[in-house]
Formats: sequence, C-alpha cells, structure tokens
Amino acid sequence: MASSLPAPTPSAGPPLKVIVGKSDTKPTWCPGCGDFGVVAAVEMAVKKLAIPSANVVIVSGIGCSSNLPHFLSSYGFHGIHGRAMPVAEGVRWANHGLTVIATGGDGDGFGIGAGHFVHAMRRNVDLVYVVMDNQIYGLTTGQASPTSMMGQKTKSTPAGVIENPIEPMALALASGATYVARGFSGDVKHMAELIANGIAHKGFAFVDALSPCVTYNKINTFDFFRQRVYKLETSGHDPKDIGAAWQKALEWGDRIPIGLFYTAERPTYEELDGVLANGPLALQPAGLKGREKLLQEFL
Amino acid sequence: MTEISIRAGGAAGDGIASVGDVLSKSLSRMGLHVFGYNAYQSVIRGGHVWFQARASRERVHSQGDGCDLLYALNAETVRIHLPSLRRGGVLVYDPENFAVAESDLPVGTRALPVPTLALARKYTSQPILQNAAGLGAVSFLAGIPLDLLQKTLSDSFGSKKGDVAEWNIATAAAGFAHAEAHAGASDRAVRAVGAPKYLMAGNQAIALGAAAAGCKFLAQYPMTPASSIMHWMAGHAADIGVVVKQAEDELAAINMAIGASFGGVRAMTATSGGGFALMVEALGMAGMAEVPLVVVESQRSGPSTGLPTKTEQGDLNMMLGAGQGEFPRAILAPTHPADAYRAMIRAFRLAESWQTPVLVASDLHLSESFATVDPEEIDLAVDIPSLFTVPAPNGQEYLRYRYTESGVSPRALPGQPGLNYVAGSDEHDEKGHLISDVKSGVPMWVAERVKMMDKRMRKLRGLTADSEGPVREGPAAAPLTFVAWGSTVGAVRDAMRLLADQNQPTNLVYLPTVYPIHAEALGALLAPATRTLLIEANFSGQLGRLIRAETGIHFPNRLLKYDGEPFYPMEIVARAREVLHGQ
Repeated sequence: MASSLPAPTPSAGPPLKVIVGKSDTKPTWCPGCGDFGVVAAVEMAVKKLAIPSANVVIVSGIGCSSNLPHFLSSYGFHGIHGRAMPVAEGVRWANHGLTVIATGGDGDGFGIGAGHFVHAMRRNVDLVYVVMDNQIYGLTTGQASPTSMMGQKTKSTPAGVIENPIEPMALALASGATYVARGFSGDVKHMAELIANGIAHKGFAFVDALSPCVTYNKINTFDFFRQRVYKLETSGHDPKDIGAAWQKALEWGDRIPIGLFYTAERPTYEELDGVLANGPLALQPAGLKGREKLLQEFL
Repeated sequence: MTEISIRAGGAAGDGIASVGDVLSKSLSRMGLHVFGYNAYQSVIRGGHVWFQARASRERVHSQGDGCDLLYALNAETVRIHLPSLRRGGVLVYDPENFAVAESDLPVGTRALPVPTLALARKYTSQPILQNAAGLGAVSFLAGIPLDLLQKTLSDSFGSKKGDVAEWNIATAAAGFAHAEAHAGASDRAVRAVGAPKYLMAGNQAIALGAAAAGCKFLAQYPMTPASSIMHWMAGHAADIGVVVKQAEDELAAINMAIGASFGGVRAMTATSGGGFALMVEALGMAGMAEVPLVVVESQRSGPSTGLPTKTEQGDLNMMLGAGQGEFPRAILAPTHPADAYRAMIRAFRLAESWQTPVLVASDLHLSESFATVDPEEIDLAVDIPSLFTVPAPNGQEYLRYRYTESGVSPRALPGQPGLNYVAGSDEHDEKGHLISDVKSGVPMWVAERVKMMDKRMRKLRGLTADSEGPVREGPAAAPLTFVAWGSTVGAVRDAMRLLADQNQPTNLVYLPTVYPIHAEALGALLAPATRTLLIEANFSGQLGRLIRAETGIHFPNRLLKYDGEPFYPMEIVARAREVLHGQ
C-alpha cells in the first residue's frame, strides 16, 4: 500500500525566502554576524535552481548558526548538538526527491559531530553541508573550537590553544567528499554560487563557510579574511586535480583560498543502495501484505 | 515420549549452533512445539557453547530443565552437562574424541559411542563433518525420521548445495544407521503430531513484525544481542523494500531513524543497553519534536560491557528514565517470538498515533532463542494507514504543534507545499517557532511553555488507553500469584504447569506494556492475590519498584536473578514452594 506522500515536483508551492527579521521571527544572531551572509546565500542558491520551498529540508544541530532553519521558509529540522549529519541522511534516504541542506557550526560539525561528518562524506550521500566556521564557540560564550588557531586565547584556553586545529578541507578530501568548497560571508554572491553548484552536484557537497563571529573571535574577523582570501577560480586551480586540491587544502596563512577546491564524479549512496535505486523510499509501498512466501523460510 | 530435550555441546567453532538449528527445525517440522536455547560466549573460537532443543506435543515456553539426549563434541561438554542427563537419557559421543567411563554416567542413563569422525573421513578430513554423523545418531534416538533430517540438512545449505551438502546428507544417514544398529529401539523417541510449525528466533520475529507494520527504514550499529534484527532485515532488504543502514555508531543510528521518520517513512533502530545509553539524548529529541520512532532494546547483562552474550532484564530503569526532562513514551515487553511479532506492530501503531518514541524491551533470551509459532499466529495483512494527518492547506495557517485535547497535532511531511514547518529539539510554540531563546522567560512565553509541555504529556493518557493492559493467566483465585515481564514469563508458564501437575494451582500477572502502567487494571488483578512472587532477571526488582511507585503494591517475595542465565522452571518451582510454605 503506497503512502500518499506526493512526489516532489519542481513547480509545487512558493519559492524559498529568508524570513528572519520579518513577521515574528526575530534574529538570534548578533548584528554583523557572518551567518546573515550564509542564510542569504542559501536563499539565493535555492532560488537560482528554482527549487520550491516545500521541497527543501534544512537540517541543523545546535549552536548559533544551527538556528538557521528557523530563518528560512522551507521545511526544517533543528536537532541536537553534533547530529545534523545523521538526521539529514535519514531525511534524504526517506525521500531523495527532496533537496537536503545541512547547516551548522564548526563545533557542531568538526567537534562533537566529527565522526558523522567523516562517514557522511565517505558515503557520498547526495546532500549539501554548509559549516559556518567561525573558529569559536559562540552560543556558549566564547570557548575554543576545533578550528581555533594555535595560541588563540579564549575563555577555556586563557593561556592559548595548544592543539592543532582541524583542517576541514583536508579532512573532507581524506574522507572522500566529491565536492569540496570554501566560501566567505563577506562575498555572499560567491558563496551562493558555491552552494548552488553543491546542490546541483551529484554526491556529498561540503562548503566550509568562513563566517566571522563578531562578538567572541577578535582574531578571525571580516578584516582578517578580507586581507587574505583569494578565489581559486581566478588563480588557475584545476578542481579535478586531487593533488592540487590537497595543496590548496593545507594553505592557511597570509593567503587563504576560497572557491571550489575539488570535485569528482562518483556514484551516490542513493544510487548504490538497491532499494533507494527504485525511487524515493516514501513513495514505495510499505508492509508485507500478500508476501506469505516470506514465511517459507521459517518452516 | 510426549516431550524431549536434546542438548549438544562443544567448543566455539565446532558448529554447535548449526546442529541446534537442524535439530530444532526438524522437530518443528514434525508439528511439535519447540524451544531452542543457544548458550555461547563472546569469542569466535574456543570456549564452551551449547544448544538445547526442547520439543513437546504441548506448548513449551522455555528451555526447560535437564536433557534426554546429550551430544558431546568434547570432554568438557560431558563434564559440564552429564549431570543434567535425565533418567533414561543417552549420551552420544565419539570415543576417538575422548573417553567416557561407565562409572561417570548418572544412574539410569547410558552412552552410545558413534564413530562420527571415521564416518566423516570417508568424504573429507574436515572434522566438522562429524556433526552430520552425530546428528544422524541423535535423530534416530529422538524419533526424527531420516528423510526429514536429510531434507532439513539439505535446506540448511540453501542455494550453495554441492559436494559438502551431499557429504552431510550421506554422513547423517551413516550416523543414523549406526545408532539404529547399536542402540536398539529408543524409548526417548517422539512422534510427528501434525503440520509443520514456523520456527523463529525472537529477533527474526521482531524484524518480520516491523516490516509487516510498514517499517521501511532500519538504522543500527552492531551489538549483541540486537544484531540479528539487522541481519534478517538486511538479508531481505531488496526483496521487501526496506532500507537497512549500518550506522557509524548508535548516535547516528537513532538520529538517522528520526530523520527518516520526519522525512516520511516508518523508521526504527535496535540496540542493546550500551548502545541505548548512547541514544538517550536523541530519544528525547523524538519526544520533543514529536517524531514517531520505534527502538528495540535487547537487554544483556550489565553494567557496562557486562556479560555480552548473557541475558538480563536490568535496563528497565534506564528505559523508563532515558532522556533529560520529561516526554511521553511507551515500553512494550513481549514474552516470546510470536508475541514479539505482534508487539512490533503495536509499537509502530502507538508511535505513529501518538507521535512519540516507543521502546520494545527484548532481552538476549527472547532475541536469540528459537520458538515455534503456529501459522495462524502470524498475519502479514497489517493495515497501514497513510502517514499524513493533515489535509492540503486551505488558506489557514498550518500549526504543526497545535494544542489539542489528545495532545496529538496534525503532522505534515516534507514535500507537501504550504505546510512547511521546522521540527525542533528546542521548546517551541504551535507553529514550531523557538521559544527557547529571545522569548524564553518572557511571561507570555512562560505560559506557552507550560501549555506545550502539557499538550505533549497529555499523550500519556492516550498511550495508556491505546496499549495492552496487564494480563492474568491461570485461575482467577490461586494461593500464589507470579508477577513477571518479558521473556521471564516463559519459564514462569512452564513452572506453573509443573506446579499444576503436582496439584498446586498458581496464577500469573504479567505486563505486555510495562509503561505506562495501567494502575487501576493492575490493582484489580492483584487485589485477590493472597501471596505474590516477583520474578525478574535483575538485581533490584526494577518492575517491582515501578509497580510500587505507581500503585503502592509491594512484592515482599522475590526471585531475582542476575547470573546471566535464563530462568529454569525448576528454580521457580522451588522458590514458589518456599513462598507457599511461608518462607
């Protein structure tokens, strides 16, 4: 017996829009927060692809940036800390006619959720993961994050961070992500393009979004990045060259690359799973009515 | 004989589980009721493993006490199990493996040496083939016809038939003939009584029940004794259209299931206590976001890693309290495989009707033991209603978490235009908007929080009304009332029969739904009880504590066991006699 869930169709319902600051949805981000740039970029990307808002599910964990699903007019799931990835994968496998975008912060994705991040990439699940990377824990008022730089003084590291930061781009490459990009909140159009291409990409798309925290990170500020970022698209980088991608992934200093680091074609999890290959799971019949032959094995 | 118990023992890797499978299935194909118990250790090679297949014309609810036939693959098996060989029993062994002294045999038993290795050597030097000869000899003594044994053996090789299958079939015949020639007529033999029955392990019944209930997504991380739920489902996934995901850990497993349920399919996860401990935070999220979810918790001996391959009912407290804060949940406790099949269907219905997590409490003894199921006990034609509970939008604002009398609000599924909403782990208003940050503590939203909490918790009333209440078995009035839950109920049922055979009537009150407690019904069932005896496989009597907290009824007499072994009917009988005699 088929579920009555309608198949997602391109023309169904209104387009996606940012609703934060409008009607009764008040922003929970500080004025000037980098995340405003990211939410605008997500809206722009989805609109560019003309995906109706009802066919988009935004999934997040916990943290300042994880409030993002509430600020858009799509479906959303605002889960628990660090678990955006498995929820997003579950949504995607339930109905892979939907566009699934996971969003969250560096603590959520690279700290408590690091294990899920790695496994989602090796599975090449066809979804987009935008990590608003501000290199600090903001919602808990300023502790070191997995991407805080060596020596950075925070509430939890008054003598300075003594652990090497996670290198998200390298981690993504090592884990088998098939679309690895980095954007900067100070360039919304560029970020929107990276996200749109990530949605269009067949497979796991990771977008590291440099998204400064204006309250708790006084080092990695908008100015810090404006002075350092440069676009890979205009610097002769070949995103199909894994060796070059590794070199760029490890570049972090006076110059910080943004843009598409790496992309590759590989079958998605949804294509390889024998059941999902038959179409969105939610549209397939459920139950065992009329399947009495199954019981033969117990005789 | 109307009943027989066959025990086989050896070292891990000797193939004891396969011997047990073939024996159990052959007996169930004779139309007998069978209970198969597999005792093993957390090792792949070495150690001691044994299997007991108990078969009877009457329904059997446990592995029983003692055995009539003992097939020993090593001397250790003889040392451990020979004392359990009942009067009239026969020990089957190969003198080439080890020697048995006549004087070691219990009074009234005998030994049947069978050259199993020599019979097998005709085909291969692989010693594992000796089991086929042993099976043949045991089958002769048990009354299992040779052609039936050979058919079962052949079926056990599935599609990979070939030389090995042929060798097994021929060697089984040789073992059978040897016993026929040397053992004389067997007075232990049972006879076929009717049409074949299904033989199912609890976990197979759980997986089958889930699929019949419309489950389309299972995410799980391997952990004994829950793993075989995933194995059955994965083995049938392509055929029955269920997506099975082995997750990177239990945190991912439950979150994937919640995502899939939110996304539009019936979804579940399964684990044991250690994995469930990791799932606790997400369980509360399912309660908060009002996402239907079924979690099977197959308990094993704790605490911590505990005894990974041994049974216990020690996780009830954890299941009751899992998750910060309070949210509605139900905990079902099936007692045997057919019951587990039906419990899964009830669990999915409850989870979906009440949009909240439902736990199914199994344990190693239920999950991994085999029991026969009458074909009429399994009905695959389960009615599966649509997941939608909202009509298409008609211009009115859609409130995902609308306040309702029942506590259940209309549920939309992503993809449906005009009903877009955000489900969240934060406290929220009727629209699903957060009231946890900029609104929290503001008087108007303080009141909203209370209303939303009350709405969710109202579902407990419905869960109570909609779930199965306590059950009494046996005469309404009896001098002793057993109180039990889950797989333990099986050994109690067998103990009650043993007591009844000795003209000692008893009855039993058990709880198919251990939470929410049906306090009034339970009070009414227990009111006439003159003496009660609480039976639980844990240290502190966790169900007893729950019932006392919810009803005030106290159970001073207890039989609590936490040695990892399932209950044996005779130990229940012994404790019952003590209680009846005022001890």
